[in-house]
Amino acid sequence: MSVALVPLALLMGLVTYPSRALPLLVPGMQRLPERVQLYLRLVGPAVLGALAAVNVMVSLDADRHPSFHVGVEWLAVGLCVGVVAWRKNLFLGLLAAVVLLTIARGLPA
Amino acid sequence: MSQATSDSLLRASRRRVVVDSLGIAVSATGFGFVYGLAARAAGFSPLEAGAMSTIVFAGASQFAAVGYVLGGFSWVGVVLLTAFINARHLLYAAALAPFVADRPRPVRAVMAHILTDEAFAISIAHFRRLGRADMTGYFVAAVLSTFVPWNLATLAGVTIGGSIPDPTRFGIDVIFPAAMGGLAVGLITGRRELVAAIVGAVVGVAVSLAWDPAAGIIAGGLLGPLVGIAIPAGPSDRAPEAEIVFGRRPGDEPKPEAEPGLP
Repeated sequence: MSVALVPLALLMGLVTYPSRALPLLVPGMQRLPERVQLYLRLVGPAVLGALAAVNVMVSLDADRHPSFHVGVEWLAVGLCVGVVAWRKNLFLGLLAAVVLLTIARGLPA
Repeated sequence: MSQATSDSLLRASRRRVVVDSLGIAVSATGFGFVYGLAARAAGFSPLEAGAMSTIVFAGASQFAAVGYVLGGFSWVGVVLLTAFINARHLLYAAALAPFVADRPRPVRAVMAHILTDEAFAISIAHFRRLGRADMTGYFVAAVLSTFVPWNLATLAGVTIGGSIPDPTRFGIDVIFPAAMGGLAVGLITGRRELVAAIVGAVVGVAVSLAWDPAAGIIAGGLLGPLVGIAIPAGPSDRAPEAEIVFGRRPGDEPKPEAEPGLP
Protein backbone atom coordinates (compact mmCIF):
# COMPACT_ATOMS: atom_id res chain seq x y z
CA MET A 1 0.00 0.00 0.00
CA SER A 2 1.42 3.37 -1.04
CA VAL A 3 2.50 5.82 1.63
CA ALA A 4 4.05 8.35 -0.75
CA LEU A 5 1.47 11.02 0.07
CA VAL A 6 1.69 10.65 3.84
CA PRO A 7 4.55 13.21 4.03
CA LEU A 8 2.32 15.61 2.07
CA ALA A 9 -0.40 15.07 4.68
CA LEU A 10 2.15 15.84 7.39
CA LEU A 11 3.19 19.06 5.63
CA MET A 12 -0.43 20.08 5.17
CA GLY A 13 -1.06 19.38 8.84
CA LEU A 14 2.04 21.37 9.72
CA VAL A 15 0.71 24.52 8.00
CA THR A 16 -2.86 24.00 9.22
CA TYR A 17 -2.18 23.46 12.89
CA PRO A 18 -0.69 26.92 13.64
CA SER A 19 -3.81 28.71 12.40
CA ARG A 20 -5.86 26.56 14.75
CA ALA A 21 -3.48 26.68 17.69
CA LEU A 22 -1.69 30.04 17.78
CA PRO A 23 -4.53 32.12 19.24
CA LEU A 24 -5.23 29.36 21.74
CA LEU A 25 -1.64 28.78 22.85
CA VAL A 26 0.40 31.94 22.40
CA PRO A 27 -0.09 34.71 24.95
CA GLY A 28 -1.03 37.99 23.34
CA MET A 29 -2.30 36.31 20.17
CA GLN A 30 -5.87 36.26 21.36
CA ARG A 31 -6.54 39.61 19.78
CA LEU A 32 -5.18 40.11 16.29
CA PRO A 33 -4.98 43.61 14.78
CA GLU A 34 -8.25 44.58 13.15
CA ARG A 35 -6.79 44.77 9.64
CA VAL A 36 -5.28 41.29 9.99
CA GLN A 37 -8.60 39.92 11.22
CA LEU A 38 -10.40 41.49 8.30
CA TYR A 39 -7.88 40.15 5.78
CA LEU A 40 -8.13 36.64 7.23
CA ARG A 41 -11.90 36.83 7.20
CA LEU A 42 -11.79 37.51 3.48
CA VAL A 43 -9.22 34.85 2.61
CA GLY A 44 -11.75 32.03 2.89
CA PRO A 45 -14.32 33.40 0.42
CA ALA A 46 -11.57 34.52 -1.99
CA VAL A 47 -9.75 31.18 -2.10
CA LEU A 48 -12.91 29.10 -2.26
CA GLY A 49 -14.36 31.33 -4.97
CA ALA A 50 -11.16 30.96 -6.96
CA LEU A 51 -11.16 27.20 -6.51
CA ALA A 52 -14.74 26.85 -7.69
CA ALA A 53 -14.27 29.11 -10.71
CA VAL A 54 -10.94 27.68 -11.82
CA ASN A 55 -12.16 24.12 -11.55
CA VAL A 56 -15.15 24.66 -13.82
CA MET A 57 -13.79 27.32 -16.15
CA VAL A 58 -10.21 26.20 -16.81
CA SER A 59 -9.22 22.90 -18.36
CA LEU A 60 -5.76 21.56 -19.11
CA ASP A 61 -4.68 19.59 -22.13
CA ALA A 62 -2.15 16.79 -22.08
CA ASP A 63 0.70 19.32 -22.10
CA ARG A 64 -0.89 21.25 -19.24
CA HIS A 65 -1.80 24.19 -21.44
CA PRO A 66 -4.81 25.91 -19.90
CA SER A 67 -7.89 26.82 -21.90
CA PHE A 68 -11.27 28.35 -21.09
CA HIS A 69 -13.94 25.70 -20.59
CA VAL A 70 -17.68 26.18 -20.99
CA GLY A 71 -20.00 23.35 -20.04
CA VAL A 72 -22.98 22.15 -18.09
CA GLU A 73 -20.72 22.01 -15.02
CA TRP A 74 -21.21 25.79 -14.76
CA LEU A 75 -24.93 25.26 -14.31
CA ALA A 76 -24.39 22.51 -11.76
CA VAL A 77 -22.06 24.63 -9.65
CA GLY A 78 -24.35 27.65 -10.04
CA LEU A 79 -27.28 25.54 -8.89
CA CYS A 80 -25.35 24.39 -5.84
CA VAL A 81 -24.39 27.97 -4.99
CA GLY A 82 -28.01 29.06 -5.41
CA VAL A 83 -29.37 26.27 -3.23
CA VAL A 84 -26.81 26.98 -0.52
CA ALA A 85 -27.62 30.70 -0.60
CA TRP A 86 -31.32 29.91 -0.39
CA ARG A 87 -31.45 26.96 2.00
CA LYS A 88 -28.10 27.37 3.80
CA ASN A 89 -27.56 23.67 3.30
CA LEU A 90 -24.43 22.50 1.54
CA PHE A 91 -25.43 18.89 1.26
CA LEU A 92 -28.67 19.78 -0.46
CA GLY A 93 -26.74 21.99 -2.88
CA LEU A 94 -24.30 19.21 -3.71
CA LEU A 95 -27.15 16.78 -4.25
CA ALA A 96 -28.87 19.19 -6.63
CA ALA A 97 -25.62 19.72 -8.58
CA VAL A 98 -24.96 16.01 -8.92
CA VAL A 99 -28.53 15.25 -9.99
CA LEU A 100 -28.46 18.03 -12.59
CA LEU A 101 -25.17 16.86 -14.04
CA THR A 102 -26.22 13.22 -14.06
CA ILE A 103 -29.42 14.07 -15.94
CA ALA A 104 -27.58 16.36 -18.36
CA ARG A 105 -24.96 13.76 -19.17
CA GLY A 106 -27.62 11.11 -19.60
CA LEU A 107 -29.37 13.12 -22.29
CA PRO A 108 -28.53 12.30 -25.91
CA ALA A 109 -26.12 14.80 -27.47
CA MET B 1 -26.97 31.24 40.11
CA SER B 2 -27.28 28.24 42.44
CA GLN B 3 -25.23 25.10 41.94
CA ALA B 4 -28.38 23.12 41.06
CA THR B 5 -29.40 25.65 38.44
CA SER B 6 -25.90 25.73 37.04
CA ASP B 7 -25.77 21.93 36.80
CA SER B 8 -29.18 21.86 35.15
CA LEU B 9 -28.11 24.46 32.59
CA LEU B 10 -24.92 22.52 31.88
CA ARG B 11 -26.81 19.27 31.31
CA ALA B 12 -29.38 20.94 29.06
CA SER B 13 -26.70 22.67 27.02
CA ARG B 14 -24.69 19.48 26.65
CA ARG B 15 -27.81 17.65 25.43
CA ARG B 16 -28.18 20.35 22.82
CA VAL B 17 -24.55 19.85 21.83
CA VAL B 18 -25.13 16.11 21.33
CA VAL B 19 -28.29 16.60 19.25
CA ASP B 20 -26.66 19.28 17.11
CA SER B 21 -23.56 17.12 16.67
CA LEU B 22 -25.57 14.11 15.54
CA GLY B 23 -27.35 16.23 12.94
CA ILE B 24 -24.06 17.46 11.53
CA ALA B 25 -22.52 13.98 11.73
CA VAL B 26 -25.01 12.61 9.21
CA SER B 27 -23.89 15.03 6.56
CA ALA B 28 -20.21 14.91 7.53
CA THR B 29 -20.44 11.19 6.87
CA GLY B 30 -21.77 11.76 3.36
CA PHE B 31 -19.20 14.41 2.56
CA GLY B 32 -16.37 12.34 4.02
CA PHE B 33 -17.47 9.40 1.90
CA VAL B 34 -17.34 11.55 -1.22
CA TYR B 35 -13.86 12.72 -0.21
CA GLY B 36 -12.82 9.08 0.08
CA LEU B 37 -14.21 8.41 -3.39
CA ALA B 38 -12.40 11.41 -4.84
CA ALA B 39 -9.16 10.39 -3.14
CA ARG B 40 -9.46 6.89 -4.52
CA ALA B 41 -10.13 8.24 -8.01
CA ALA B 42 -6.98 10.38 -7.70
CA GLY B 43 -4.92 7.30 -6.82
CA PHE B 44 -4.66 7.75 -3.06
CA SER B 45 -4.22 4.57 -1.04
CA PRO B 46 -6.48 4.08 2.02
CA LEU B 47 -3.50 4.90 4.23
CA GLU B 48 -2.80 8.15 2.37
CA ALA B 49 -6.44 9.25 2.35
CA GLY B 50 -6.78 8.31 6.02
CA ALA B 51 -3.61 10.22 6.89
CA MET B 52 -5.04 13.32 5.24
CA SER B 53 -8.27 13.04 7.20
CA THR B 54 -6.64 12.46 10.57
CA ILE B 55 -3.62 14.76 10.25
CA VAL B 56 -5.02 17.64 8.19
CA PHE B 57 -8.69 17.16 9.11
CA ALA B 58 -9.94 20.07 7.01
CA GLY B 59 -12.36 19.15 4.24
CA ALA B 60 -11.94 21.98 1.76
CA SER B 61 -8.16 21.77 1.71
CA GLN B 62 -8.31 17.99 1.47
CA PHE B 63 -10.53 18.21 -1.60
CA ALA B 64 -8.14 20.79 -3.02
CA ALA B 65 -5.20 18.48 -2.39
CA VAL B 66 -6.95 15.66 -4.22
CA GLY B 67 -7.53 17.92 -7.21
CA TYR B 68 -3.98 19.15 -7.30
CA VAL B 69 -2.34 15.79 -6.74
CA LEU B 70 -4.48 14.51 -9.59
CA GLY B 71 -3.35 17.46 -11.70
CA GLY B 72 0.29 16.80 -10.91
CA PHE B 73 0.95 20.07 -9.11
CA SER B 74 3.91 20.56 -6.84
CA TRP B 75 3.66 19.84 -3.15
CA VAL B 76 4.73 23.41 -2.43
CA GLY B 77 1.62 24.68 -4.21
CA VAL B 78 -0.61 22.23 -2.36
CA VAL B 79 0.87 23.20 1.00
CA LEU B 80 0.56 26.94 0.27
CA LEU B 81 -3.03 26.47 -0.81
CA THR B 82 -3.74 24.47 2.34
CA ALA B 83 -2.37 27.29 4.48
CA PHE B 84 -4.56 29.82 2.65
CA ILE B 85 -7.75 27.80 2.82
CA ASN B 86 -7.29 26.97 6.48
CA ALA B 87 -6.22 30.44 7.59
CA ARG B 88 -9.80 31.15 8.66
CA HIS B 89 -9.24 28.85 11.62
CA LEU B 90 -7.25 31.69 13.18
CA LEU B 91 -10.52 33.54 13.61
CA TYR B 92 -12.26 30.58 15.19
CA ALA B 93 -9.38 30.01 17.59
CA ALA B 94 -9.22 33.71 18.43
CA ALA B 95 -12.94 33.71 19.24
CA LEU B 96 -12.63 30.67 21.51
CA ALA B 97 -9.38 31.76 23.16
CA PRO B 98 -10.89 34.02 25.86
CA PHE B 99 -13.06 31.15 27.11
CA VAL B 100 -10.25 28.63 27.46
CA ALA B 101 -7.27 30.78 28.41
CA ASP B 102 -7.19 29.27 31.92
CA ARG B 103 -7.26 25.66 30.72
CA PRO B 104 -4.06 23.57 30.67
CA ARG B 105 -1.91 24.18 27.61
CA PRO B 106 -1.86 20.47 26.53
CA VAL B 107 -5.65 20.46 26.54
CA ARG B 108 -5.73 23.57 24.37
CA ALA B 109 -3.15 21.98 22.06
CA VAL B 110 -5.36 18.95 21.48
CA MET B 111 -8.42 21.15 21.20
CA ALA B 112 -6.75 23.06 18.36
CA HIS B 113 -6.23 20.01 16.17
CA ILE B 114 -9.94 19.20 15.98
CA LEU B 115 -11.13 22.79 15.55
CA THR B 116 -13.30 22.91 12.42
CA ASP B 117 -16.13 25.05 11.12
CA GLU B 118 -18.60 22.63 12.68
CA ALA B 119 -16.82 22.33 16.03
CA PHE B 120 -16.61 26.09 16.25
CA ALA B 121 -20.26 26.63 15.36
CA ILE B 122 -21.51 24.21 18.02
CA SER B 123 -19.05 25.00 20.78
CA ILE B 124 -19.17 28.81 20.59
CA ALA B 125 -22.95 28.61 21.02
CA HIS B 126 -22.50 26.15 23.92
CA PHE B 127 -19.94 28.38 25.64
CA ARG B 128 -22.16 31.44 25.24
CA ARG B 129 -25.16 29.62 26.68
CA LEU B 130 -23.07 28.75 29.71
CA GLY B 131 -21.11 31.99 29.86
CA ARG B 132 -17.94 29.93 30.26
CA ALA B 133 -15.98 27.11 28.64
CA ASP B 134 -16.99 23.47 28.91
CA MET B 135 -14.25 21.29 27.50
CA THR B 136 -16.38 18.14 27.65
CA GLY B 137 -18.96 19.85 25.50
CA TYR B 138 -16.29 21.05 23.09
CA PHE B 139 -14.73 17.63 22.63
CA VAL B 140 -18.13 15.98 22.22
CA ALA B 141 -19.01 18.56 19.57
CA ALA B 142 -15.75 18.24 17.66
CA VAL B 143 -15.33 14.48 17.86
CA LEU B 144 -18.95 13.39 17.53
CA SER B 145 -20.02 15.84 14.86
CA THR B 146 -17.04 15.63 12.58
CA PHE B 147 -13.84 13.82 13.55
CA VAL B 148 -15.26 10.32 13.89
CA PRO B 149 -17.77 10.41 11.01
CA TRP B 150 -15.34 12.19 8.68
CA ASN B 151 -12.55 9.68 9.24
CA LEU B 152 -14.73 6.57 9.13
CA ALA B 153 -16.48 7.80 6.00
CA THR B 154 -13.13 8.57 4.36
CA LEU B 155 -12.01 5.00 4.89
CA ALA B 156 -15.31 3.66 3.60
CA GLY B 157 -15.15 5.81 0.46
CA VAL B 158 -11.54 5.04 -0.36
CA THR B 159 -11.90 1.29 0.19
CA ILE B 160 -15.25 0.50 -1.46
CA GLY B 161 -15.29 3.29 -4.02
CA GLY B 162 -14.05 0.92 -6.73
CA SER B 163 -17.40 -0.83 -6.76
CA ILE B 164 -18.99 2.31 -8.23
CA PRO B 165 -18.68 2.31 -12.04
CA ASP B 166 -17.50 5.52 -13.75
CA PRO B 167 -18.19 8.11 -11.03
CA THR B 168 -18.30 10.96 -13.56
CA ARG B 169 -21.42 9.38 -15.02
CA PHE B 170 -23.09 10.14 -11.72
CA GLY B 171 -21.81 13.71 -11.59
CA ILE B 172 -19.35 12.99 -8.79
CA ASP B 173 -16.69 15.14 -10.49
CA VAL B 174 -18.73 18.29 -9.95
CA ILE B 175 -18.82 17.84 -6.19
CA PHE B 176 -15.46 19.49 -5.62
CA PRO B 177 -16.10 22.81 -7.41
CA ALA B 178 -19.70 22.82 -6.21
CA ALA B 179 -18.58 22.29 -2.62
CA MET B 180 -16.03 25.07 -2.93
CA GLY B 181 -18.68 27.43 -4.30
CA GLY B 182 -21.15 26.43 -1.60
CA LEU B 183 -18.61 26.86 1.17
CA ALA B 184 -17.70 30.27 -0.23
CA VAL B 185 -21.36 31.29 -0.05
CA GLY B 186 -21.40 30.16 3.56
CA LEU B 187 -18.50 32.45 4.37
CA ILE B 188 -20.08 35.50 2.72
CA THR B 189 -21.55 37.59 5.48
CA GLY B 190 -21.35 41.00 3.85
CA ARG B 191 -20.28 43.13 0.90
CA ARG B 192 -16.57 42.72 1.51
CA GLU B 193 -16.72 38.92 1.56
CA LEU B 194 -18.78 38.97 -1.63
CA VAL B 195 -16.28 41.24 -3.37
CA ALA B 196 -13.36 39.13 -2.14
CA ALA B 197 -15.01 35.96 -3.48
CA ILE B 198 -15.78 37.48 -6.88
CA VAL B 199 -12.36 39.06 -7.24
CA GLY B 200 -10.73 35.83 -6.09
CA ALA B 201 -12.66 33.91 -8.75
CA VAL B 202 -11.95 36.39 -11.55
CA VAL B 203 -8.26 36.73 -10.70
CA GLY B 204 -7.99 32.99 -10.24
CA VAL B 205 -9.37 32.24 -13.69
CA ALA B 206 -7.38 35.01 -15.37
CA VAL B 207 -4.04 33.96 -13.86
CA SER B 208 -4.85 30.31 -14.50
CA LEU B 209 -5.41 30.98 -18.19
CA ALA B 210 -2.34 33.18 -18.44
CA TRP B 211 -0.04 30.96 -16.41
CA ASP B 212 -1.15 28.01 -14.30
CA PRO B 213 -4.19 27.03 -12.19
CA ALA B 214 -2.12 26.59 -9.03
CA ALA B 215 -0.80 30.13 -9.36
CA GLY B 216 -4.31 31.31 -10.17
CA ILE B 217 -5.73 29.96 -6.93
CA ILE B 218 -2.98 31.56 -4.87
CA ALA B 219 -3.25 34.87 -6.72
CA GLY B 220 -7.03 34.89 -6.24
CA GLY B 221 -6.63 34.08 -2.56
CA LEU B 222 -4.10 36.88 -2.07
CA LEU B 223 -5.70 39.64 -4.15
CA GLY B 224 -9.36 38.99 -3.37
CA PRO B 225 -9.04 40.01 0.30
CA LEU B 226 -6.99 43.09 -0.59
CA VAL B 227 -9.76 44.37 -2.85
CA GLY B 228 -12.36 43.39 -0.26
CA ILE B 229 -10.59 45.43 2.41
CA ALA B 230 -10.36 48.43 0.07
CA ILE B 231 -14.12 48.82 -0.30
CA PRO B 232 -16.36 50.28 2.40
CA ALA B 233 -18.16 47.85 4.65
CA GLY B 234 -21.81 47.27 3.79
CA PRO B 235 -24.66 47.76 6.25
CA SER B 236 -25.08 44.01 6.68
CA ASP B 237 -21.41 43.31 7.37
CA ARG B 238 -20.99 41.50 10.66
CA ALA B 239 -18.61 39.32 12.59
CA PRO B 240 -17.82 36.01 10.91
CA GLU B 241 -19.21 32.76 12.17
CA ALA B 242 -19.68 29.46 10.41
CA GLU B 243 -22.78 29.92 8.27
CA ILE B 244 -23.02 26.65 6.48
CA VAL B 245 -23.17 23.39 8.33
CA PHE B 246 -23.55 20.12 6.53
CA GLY B 247 -27.19 19.18 6.40
CA ARG B 248 -28.52 21.73 8.87
CA ARG B 249 -29.70 25.28 8.59
CA PRO B 250 -27.99 27.91 10.71
CA GLY B 251 -31.38 29.16 11.78
CA ASP B 252 -31.63 25.95 13.78
CA GLU B 253 -28.52 26.82 15.75
CA PRO B 254 -28.90 27.57 19.41
CA LYS B 255 -28.92 31.32 20.01
CA PRO B 256 -26.34 32.87 22.29
CA GLU B 257 -27.88 33.63 25.62
CA ALA B 258 -25.03 35.46 27.23
CA GLU B 259 -21.96 37.31 26.14
CA PRO B 260 -18.74 35.49 26.86
CA GLY B 261 -17.21 36.34 30.18
CA LEU B 262 -13.50 36.76 30.08
CA PRO B 263 -11.76 34.42 32.51
